[in-house]
Amino acid sequence: MLIRVELPQHLRQLAGIPTHELSLPLAPPITLNAILDAIEAAYPALRGTIRDHHTQQRRPFLRFFAEMEDISQLPLDAPLPTSVAEGREPLLIIAGIAGG
Amino acid sequence: MSSVRLLVGTRKGAFVLTADGARKNWTVSQPHFPGWELYHLKGSPADPNRLYASQSSGWFGQQIQRSDDGGLTWNPVGNKFAYDGTPGTHQWYDGTAHPWEFKRVWHLEPSLTDPDTCYAGVEDAALFRTTDAGLSWHELPGLRSSATGPAWQPGAGGLCLHTIILDKANPDRMVIAISAAGAFRTDDGGKTWKPINKGLYSKYIPNPTAEVGHCVHHVAMNPARPNTLFMQKHWDVMRSDDAGDQWTKISGNLPTDFGFVIDTHAHQPDTVYVVPIKSDSEHFPLDGELKVYRSRCGGNDWEPLTKGLPQKDCYVNVLRDAMSVDQLDDCGIYFGTTGGQVYCSPDGGDTWSAITQNLPAVLSIEAQTLP
Repeated sequence: MLIRVELPQHLRQLAGIPTHELSLPLAPPITLNAILDAIEAAYPALRGTIRDHHTQQRRPFLRFFAEMEDISQLPLDAPLPTSVAEGREPLLIIAGIAGG
Repeated sequence: MSSVRLLVGTRKGAFVLTADGARKNWTVSQPHFPGWELYHLKGSPADPNRLYASQSSGWFGQQIQRSDDGGLTWNPVGNKFAYDGTPGTHQWYDGTAHPWEFKRVWHLEPSLTDPDTCYAGVEDAALFRTTDAGLSWHELPGLRSSATGPAWQPGAGGLCLHTIILDKANPDRMVIAISAAGAFRTDDGGKTWKPINKGLYSKYIPNPTAEVGHCVHHVAMNPARPNTLFMQKHWDVMRSDDAGDQWTKISGNLPTDFGFVIDTHAHQPDTVYVVPIKSDSEHFPLDGELKVYRSRCGGNDWEPLTKGLPQKDCYVNVLRDAMSVDQLDDCGIYFGTTGGQVYCSPDGGDTWSAITQNLPAVLSIEAQTLP
């Protein structure tokens, strides 16, 4: 299954990703951890940028969205909504907007 | 003809500024890593086209970038900075124990002889080293685990290791400085460290002459005289002639001895530069007049250098890593401001002009002298 992911512009630039959206081949179960593992395997420069290197937890100024819902508090090993798992909807990884 | 390359780190990206030896006409690059904080960039003395850059962000954490072509292209390398063993605690602002947590790299110091080796000073204060051109970083744990480590306390900017000085004459010797712990030295290649803060007096800490706890802002050394160190402390400009074993105050006739930067002339080890700053909270030049002060006799007797610098309505700061010198015969002095100006003096400080006036806030400057 091809899973779709949108990354913040800074991370696309860092990893040299030219497209707005990533497509990652993944086998079930589709979880946040599975997607993040696949992103980091494909783009090693992104290691530590979404999940903290040491805690492996989501960085505080990043949020995960699926189906217009904030799923940031979902356990990292919980199954994602079917629309994301089937590649119909992208997982959105969004950087918090802040001034400065 | 020789040329000069300035590596400028700012709050919103890095810029590479280049000029020939006359240092009159400068080219300013497009921003590298736009939107990211570039705390420091530095080139390898052994291979000037090998550059390391510390790129960080409150959103995405720490990155290290490496260039092998003098800053034209960059590639991200290793960004994992894991403390050795169980990190333990240092003191928090209120004196309670606080776990060591990596936040960012403040300073990168490439080896004097090996382009693949580089040291990194980080917050929370520790010293890391790569020997594979940045792919992996490993802590030199002797510093943080030394006897005073649990007593170190952050300054307002965090518990940052911001200064790393390598000694060409003695490869086993290294001097580092931490805000607000003080200065430390190793004489065995980083295995063991000792505080070198005797003679410092900090009236704002419970014991003004404590072994550690001094807010050292920056330390400079002229490689021709490695035992002589110059220090800009939170307050006080200091000098040591025995590699930090004992310090003496050389503030002399400075209008204020608060500041961040300090550097030495490339060819005159007794010529020192500082930028006095009004404090404790303003952190801009006195009376809105931006002045570099120069001592030609190793301190105490200072002269203001103003020609070409704004002497009216100037309220910028010059941060600790934002001054550098080149190695040309007529030594060039450079500094950057939080207002985004980069100033150059091609004649040792006598006259100044702005290379560029509208960069993001400048965090660091390193000058490279190229053949």
